[in-house]
Parts: sequence; structure tokens; C-alpha cells
Amino acid sequence: MAQKMTLNVNGNHQTISVDDPDMPLLYALRDDLGLNNPRFGCGLGQCGACTVHVDGVPTRSCSLPVSAVGNSKITTLHGLGNRQKPHPLQAAWIEEQVNQCGYCINGWMMEGAALLKRNPKPTEAQVREAFSDLICRCGTHNAAVRAVLRAAKQA
Amino acid sequence: MGTLDLSRRTFLSSSGAFIIGLASPDVWAQAAKPSPLSPNNPKLSADQLDAYLSIDKNGKVDVFYGAIDGGQGLETSIAQMVAEELDVPLSSVRMIMGDTRQTLNMGGASGAQGVSRRGTSLMKAAALARQILVEEAAKKLRVAPADLVVQAGVISLRNNPAKRITYAQIIGGKSFQTNVRWNGQWGNPHDIATDAPLKNYKEYKIIGQSPKRPDLAKKVFGEQDFPGDVRLPGMLHARMVRTAVAGAVPFSVDEQSIRHIAGAKIVHIKDFLAVVAPKEWDAVRALRALKVTWSQSEPNFPTHKEVHAHIRKAKVTQRTIERENGKLEEGLAKATRVISGEYEYPTHSHASMGPGCAVADVRADGATIYTSTQKPHYAADGIADLLNIPRDSVHVIWMFGTGSYGRNDQGDATADAAVLSKALGKPVRVQWMREESLGWDPKGTASVNFCQAGIDEKGDVIAYELISRGFSRENLATNEGRASGTLAGQLLGAKLEPKNSFNIPFASYTFAHNRVGWETVGPLMDRASPLRSTHLRDPYGPPILFGSECFMDEIAAAVNMDPVDFRLRYLTHPRDKEAVRIAAEKAGWQKRVSPRRDLDTSSDIVEGRGIAYRRHFDTFIAVVAEVRVHRKTGVVEPTHLICAHDVGLIINPETLRHVIERQLVYGTGRTTVEELTWDRNMVTSLDWNSYPVLHMQHVPPRITVHLIERPEAAPSGAAEMALGLVPAAMGNAVFDATGVRLRKIPFTPDYVKAALAV
Repeated sequence: MAQKMTLNVNGNHQTISVDDPDMPLLYALRDDLGLNNPRFGCGLGQCGACTVHVDGVPTRSCSLPVSAVGNSKITTLHGLGNRQKPHPLQAAWIEEQVNQCGYCINGWMMEGAALLKRNPKPTEAQVREAFSDLICRCGTHNAAVRAVLRAAKQA
Repeated sequence: MGTLDLSRRTFLSSSGAFIIGLASPDVWAQAAKPSPLSPNNPKLSADQLDAYLSIDKNGKVDVFYGAIDGGQGLETSIAQMVAEELDVPLSSVRMIMGDTRQTLNMGGASGAQGVSRRGTSLMKAAALARQILVEEAAKKLRVAPADLVVQAGVISLRNNPAKRITYAQIIGGKSFQTNVRWNGQWGNPHDIATDAPLKNYKEYKIIGQSPKRPDLAKKVFGEQDFPGDVRLPGMLHARMVRTAVAGAVPFSVDEQSIRHIAGAKIVHIKDFLAVVAPKEWDAVRALRALKVTWSQSEPNFPTHKEVHAHIRKAKVTQRTIERENGKLEEGLAKATRVISGEYEYPTHSHASMGPGCAVADVRADGATIYTSTQKPHYAADGIADLLNIPRDSVHVIWMFGTGSYGRNDQGDATADAAVLSKALGKPVRVQWMREESLGWDPKGTASVNFCQAGIDEKGDVIAYELISRGFSRENLATNEGRASGTLAGQLLGAKLEPKNSFNIPFASYTFAHNRVGWETVGPLMDRASPLRSTHLRDPYGPPILFGSECFMDEIAAAVNMDPVDFRLRYLTHPRDKEAVRIAAEKAGWQKRVSPRRDLDTSSDIVEGRGIAYRRHFDTFIAVVAEVRVHRKTGVVEPTHLICAHDVGLIINPETLRHVIERQLVYGTGRTTVEELTWDRNMVTSLDWNSYPVLHMQHVPPRITVHLIERPEAAPSGAAEMALGLVPAAMGNAVFDATGVRLRKIPFTPDYVKAALAV
């Protein structure tokens, strides 16, 4: 039986109808709410392309059942900042021109933003550690590290 | 000389034959020219300037670029080239990319030729447009064209700027109706010529700058849509149902098995099987729940561990000697010493970050397709063939997508979507799953390199042979232009059309007796196969250069020469030598004969450095790798990669640096971790654990890119040229550090430990 669920995404409360409580959050965000930022990369929690913040914690939305989200605050890349008010990491990311294709961007930016929140002045080693479980097939790894260090410096 | 040297790309004879770069001459051999009307939209004519650019009433310029930007910044670089020749601000240029209704078929990324071929074609169009506009202005202002100057789309009298007219006033919203000389080719060899002169590089204001890419800001703010983000009214979500044993086809399908999923349906046409549902997650559930009885199949593949033994003993389907001088056998007979070496390269998956995904809306009056395939025009051709509809009724809209480094699974997913949309009469979005992407994407192929060299009594190298043997790069076509070139087409009964295609990277090493060539072996399966071999980023680079450039070091060691000195002695082209010399200089290269003899042999951690060189089209590159080898664990840790890179004219230095740095990282993964595995039946690398890719821990933390300035030379490509050097540079560095020659990729700890123990 379909269940109603209300999700708090980027500050908006939106109600969706869910047939299968095991449906991963990713499908609710993309298919029910029409949000394009989190992307399907593996569905296995191995790559990071679907990463969102759940109460500030970077979370692989492909592997989190929508029924487990409850009232938690979900933030997507789009909710991190915008052109008028960019998140410092977004500004640094553009300055460094990090990406090539950008398919992986959610994982890197959402992990990077969370790192800066808990550790505003990370060392290079700490940034590399924070990014250790992410995949990028374009090889932007070092550029992503530079962007976080730049954002930390400018904060 | 007064203009940019595009000599390779200008008419060489009155017959109108072109020669581009080092392309094989047969593509120019066609005598009869086809119609200039685009088969994908006959309103566009390849011999008309209007097919390449237009200027609207506000002076905005649309550039019709009939290829794609795989994420390396071609959108910006090519816009710079056009803005430069047209003398308009970069901000007024909009690139229309890969749309089959609005652009001509200019091929794919194909050897990173976006700038060198497509960019220079569009520059020529821009120069002609500028010339026409200045001539028109001269008439209107009643002055000589030579008295006019152009700045930011405004034409004015040189000594009276008040006397002026804008591009928009002359042409805004109207067509040029001017001919260009089209070379009669579609796809990669497409090119045009005009009589309008190009600027001298010394006049450049926009080329050579590093404006930022507009797509990156969109990506950073979550605004950039990819094909999978297209949502059409009534759209269904589909998942393809693939066999777990290669060659097996669906024998029967149990419809009851998905009855409990609302709206889920099965599409079963011949051997093509999919599930669809209005909601995406329901399509995933249906895929998991569906019960299928598959036919018996015993592919009996040689496994990935056996594939090199298979290549050694398999029947050779074609042998081609690409370059030969002297008489190899005589040279070897004269030699006092002959050394030989064999090198094995594994199978790699494209393993794109995003699995294949596309949206198709096929209706009675035509098809609209949203895709990020590398070759949208060929996708249109292939869909017309697959659905048996006219080519000009298919509109392929290319969108930015997951990194497109070769023929990945995007084109196959696109064909799947088209078949499903036609069958269902609704728009369909197909999303491949991760295991499907790794399992069924076209593969970069395994090969074995056989090298030998003859050395005379003076220590001179007088004979050299390199034969690379492996699977053809075209067991699966290089594009999806025919039904037979897609997985969907093959499942619907089109026969695989394997071709023998291979190539050996050019090098200017000169030996008295020299033979360089290749041999192909047949495909492992002649039907829809998970091991379909095709081109993967730098198709002939890493697999062959790993052998040829490591073997150069073997020869250098055999004649007691430093690897850099050795290359400088035997290379003959000055730009090759310059790249080698500069890479060594930037790396602080210490001259010595490898392996180094100054190390504490009891030490667990040893360090070494290696170099590798190549030429790819007119790009000249050398890479130095500095590595640390952990003897106990077998870990090879690249600590610093240094690249000297001569691409000729540099369009956008920042973008160029980025492209080189990123591909050196990617190349490190291809060298140290990536290897596709399979058993007798099927690919077994089905996720990011079983197909390991580079993680941060193994990324070289320092990468130094040195761009060699050569603005007088025609711009060549950059998006894959350096990566092919990483395997050999690292292999040579390991030899320098340990005295042990690694003979196969990847350099996994287990393999390295075993090699060190011997």
C-alpha cells in the first residue's frame, strides 16, 4: 500500500507517495521530486555520485531507504548555495575549474563541504583522507583537494 | 610567414585532396564527392558558410559544431578560436554542439582532434565570415576594405572610428549564402577550405587566454542537465535484462513474476529483453523480480588470466607492417647481441562514472533522442537503421554527460531507448545498472607486445622490431552508425561486422634496420558479447607504448646508456627531442644507467625514476615518473609525474593543463589498478570492487605540467596523448629503483611482489 511521506529537502517540505519503503532516497529525490543533482553511479554506495547531506552528514542516497529518512534535513548540491550566494567551496571549485565531466561532483563537493564544516582549516592529508572513498573517472582528484584548501584559506 | 601554419590542413593539390595529420591516406581516396546536404537534415549544406555559423540581430554568434565536448572544455576552446578569427567577444559566441538538426556530422572526439580538426575548420569559417562582413562594410561605407578595422563585432574606419557599422547591422538574422570548399567527407575527416586568410598568431587576443568554462559553474550549482535528467510527459523508465552467461538468449519469460509491481511491463523482441514501469524504482524492482529462462550457452572464454596465452597462440587474422626500413633479418644477423622482451596489457572497461543512460521519444512522424554518446550523428544514422525510418526523421540532441572517453555504453543505451520507445509508443528513459555498464560496455582490448633489438660490437643499435598483437579495435564499430554496431541491433539479429583495425603510435627513433607492425586475432564471440572490443581512450597508446617505451629502456640498459641520453641519440625529430629534454630538465633528471646502483639493498622502500616519450598526431610529449617501491608489500607509489607537452599553438593554457593533469591521474589508474576479469561464461568485474579504479590513496600527489610554447605550429590535440605514457614511465621507474622489469599491467602489489621475488 502506498504511504505518504514528507521529506525536508533544501528547506522545502514535500510530500510523496511511496509504494516500497525500501526505495532508496535517490529515487525519491530524482523521480518523485524532480531534483537532478544527485546522480545514479552504482546503486551500491561505492562511488559517491548520489551523495546528499542528511542532517549535515554526507550520505549515499542510493543506499538509504526513503523510510529511514524521517524528519532529517536533506541538502543536495543545489541546496548548498547558488550563484547569488555561493558556498565558499562552490566558489573555490569554479576558481580551480575542478571538473571535467562533473558526473561525480555531488560526492566530492558534499564530502568537501562537510569536511570544512567540521574542520575549517584541514591539512592536505586530511582533505585526501576525506576524499578517500570517492570515485572520479576523469582524474580530478588533486584539483578537488586544491579547491578545498583554497576554500579553507579564503574562509 | 604571415598566417598560422595550417599546412597539413590546406589544399595540397588542385585535385582538392587533403592530407590531415598522420591519418591514413585511404580516407582521402574517394574520387566521387557525395552530396553536401546533411543526411540528418538536408536543409544544411556542408558547402555553405551558413552551416558553420550565424550572426543574429543582436550580434550574437551561433557556432554549429557537429561533434561534442566530452568534458575537457572544447566548448570554450573552440568558441575562442571562432571569436578570435571573427573578432567578436567570446561572450557573444554560443556553441551549438552535436545536435543533428543544427550541425553537420564532424565525427567524434576521435583522437582528441576537437581543436585540431573541428576547431580549425570552424576558424576558417569564421575568417571567411569576417572577410565577407568587412567587404560589405567597405561597400556601405564607400571605403577600401584595407582601411577598416574590426573590434568586438564593430567595423570602423581605421582613422575615423566614428564611421562604423556592426556585424549585426550587416548580416544580423540573415544568411551569408556563401560557398565554402567542402572536402566531401563526413565524420572525422570532414573539413573545409576558403580563400580568406587566417590571422598571424602574433595578432591573437582571445586565443592564448584562459577564460573559464561555462559548463563548470552550471555543474557546481547543480544546474547542468544530463540526458538522464530529461523528463517527458508519459515517459516510462526502462531497465535492460541481460544474461548472466554470454551468448544465452531469453527462452521464456514469466510475466507473473512482476505482476505485483504496479504498471510494470515486459518488452521482449527476439533476443532483446527489457522491463519498463512509470516509476523508476519500479523498473529496478521489476528487473530484480523478473524470472527468465535463458537458452543454453557455453562461451568457454579463455579467462582474463589466460587471454595473453590465447593471443599468443590464436590464428592471426591480419598482419600489417606499418613502418619498415633496411632489412631486419640482416640487421639482426649482423648484431653481436640480440635482446628481446615481451609485454602484456590487460583488458579495460570504459567504466564510465555514469552507466549508459538516454531518453528516446519515437513517434510516427519522427524520433527525438537525448543522449551523451560521443558520436551523435552516427547515433542518428544507427537509430534510423535500427528502426527502419528515414535518417532525417531522427533528431539526436546531444547533451553533456558522463565522461566520454572512447566508445562507452552511452550509445548502446541510446539504441535501447529508441527500440523501446518505438515498441511502446511512449517516451522511454533507459538507465543501465552498474553491473551492466561494467559487464556489457564495449571494452578496451588486451594485447601482447613482442620487441627485439640488435646491437653491434660498438654498442650501436642497428636493428629494432616491435610487433603488437591483440584484438582488433573494431570488432565493434567505432560508432553506432549501423544497427550491427549496437548491442540492441545485435540482439535483434544484426550480424556483428568485425573489422581488423589496429595501429602503432608513431615514433621518430631511427635505426638502420627497423620493422614496426601489428597482428590482430579474432573476437572471442561473434555475437552480442560482453567482450566486444572497440576503442577506449587513447586506444593504441597505453597498450603498445607500455611495451615499446619500456623496451627502449631495456635497450638503453643493455648499451649502458642513460634512458634520456639514449632517446636523444636515436630520436630524430627536433620536437620529439625537445619534449624529452624538457621533461628531464623539469624533473631534475639525474643522469645514470638504470637500474640505480647507489641504493641500500636492504631497504624496504626504494625510489626510482623513469621516462617515456611519444608522438600522437602533431603532439609531442614526454613523461617522467618518480616512484617509490615498497618491496615488502609490492606497492608501487607514484610520487611525482612530470610532463613536457608540445601541442603546437595553445588555445587555452588553463584548460590544457587541466586536461593533461587529469589524464595523468586516470593513466595512473590504468597502470596500477584497472583490469577487467572474466571467467568461462561472463565478465566478473561487475562493481567498483571487482573492477578497481584509482582512489585518492594511489593518486600521484604531485603532477607538474610544462607546456612547450610553439604558437607558430598548428594546434594538435591533448585530451589523451599523455596518459599513454604513464605505464611505461612508471615501469621504467620501477626498473630504475629495483632492477626488476615489470612485464604486465596492472602493477598490483601481488604482481610486483612476485616479480621482485624472482
